[in-house]
Amino acid sequence: MAPSKEELERRRIVGVELERVSNVTSTDFPGHYPGEDHSWNLDDFKKNSKIDIHKANDLDYEFDLIGVDASVANAFRRILISEVPTLAIETVFVHNNTSIVQDEVLAQRLGLVPLRGDKKGFQQLRWRKKSPDEPAAEATDFNTVVMTLKVACTRNHATPNTETDPSKLYFNSSVYARDIKFAPQGRQSSWFSGAGEIRPVNPDILLAKLRPGQEIDLEIHCVLGIGQDHAKFSPVATASYRLLPSIKIKKPITGEDAEKFVNCFPKGVAEVQKDKKTGENTAVVVNPRKDTVSREVLRHDEFKGKVELGRIRDHFIFSIESTGMYNSDELFLQAVQILKKKCTDFQEKLMES
Amino acid sequence: MQREGYVPPTAGGGAGSGSTRPGGAYGDVPRQTSMKYLCADCGKSVTLNKADPIRCKECGFRILYKERTKRMVQFEAR
Repeated sequence: MAPSKEELERRRIVGVELERVSNVTSTDFPGHYPGEDHSWNLDDFKKNSKIDIHKANDLDYEFDLIGVDASVANAFRRILISEVPTLAIETVFVHNNTSIVQDEVLAQRLGLVPLRGDKKGFQQLRWRKKSPDEPAAEATDFNTVVMTLKVACTRNHATPNTETDPSKLYFNSSVYARDIKFAPQGRQSSWFSGAGEIRPVNPDILLAKLRPGQEIDLEIHCVLGIGQDHAKFSPVATASYRLLPSIKIKKPITGEDAEKFVNCFPKGVAEVQKDKKTGENTAVVVNPRKDTVSREVLRHDEFKGKVELGRIRDHFIFSIESTGMYNSDELFLQAVQILKKKCTDFQEKLMES
Repeated sequence: MQREGYVPPTAGGGAGSGSTRPGGAYGDVPRQTSMKYLCADCGKSVTLNKADPIRCKECGFRILYKERTKRMVQFEAR
């Protein structure tokens, strides 16, 4: 027997009540409801799943992932954070560092600088194995990107004695990420040339401050890695999702209460509108997407039984903030590819046994 | 650029001039008679020979610092 429309709607909502959250787990799996078929079906999945893009900037991407289970959405989030490979500074060879920033602190600081370059060029790069007995441990143009940082601070004699600003008084009083220079090895000069040169995403990151006579002279080796190994390899600043809030008005809220109701939500969530039939001022929910689900409305007695808060279980508002090596939309596609690869690998293993 | 191993100090460098240093990796380095220091007061570079008094030639200050070694040091950016 197929469930009624109201029942299906009820199952889609995670209830947010005054002091608890109800109906938390999803129940659309085989055997939960007697007589209903919930086995996974490709046609159903095609029909029900949907992606709506809401914000598409290079580094900031927001879209709705509708009709998938939380496990799938969470898999994408976790893969984005810890399994999409990126390039980061891994080893720092200090030739000279007389600045007040200690070598190890400077090296750690350098590691966190996000890098970018020609995206096609990155496809040429391979993993560099850590263990010394593997042949890939040797640094080659396929697995290691070399950069240099060589800055020395000197006094600017052209400034008057009254000058107090270090940036005018001295040359190179601050070392920025833009001072890191790419030193292409072998074929890298053809993979990463011109605008595709490997460079820091944000040229204005302050790395150290210098005073006359101090200098920094480093050679830097960058390798591919994943976020699981170290956060510096994570391609995203944040990859997160939230469920779409749902606000249901059970009984009409009118007059002064309507005004109060609207003020219980962030701007743009609800509005006071004139009811066409009665001509009364009535509260209407306009855009639940903007709601923070603060439950403020549940604190007031006048709304008791009139409003139901919740979240839609299979409607994920996904947001991906890239650190700059890849654009956010490319990152999501890569995450999908990685999950797909994991699935086919697993399938192969199953077939073998 | 040489990555691994040791880069011999140049004649003007601060490191590797110690006359009492034993052999090993430093054995081939020609012994230098003069050594560069930094004055603790005026910050100028001071070159001293073996018998010179420990004194800055610019300001006469008697505290001198050794320069940092030019040997390469490797760090993991973690």
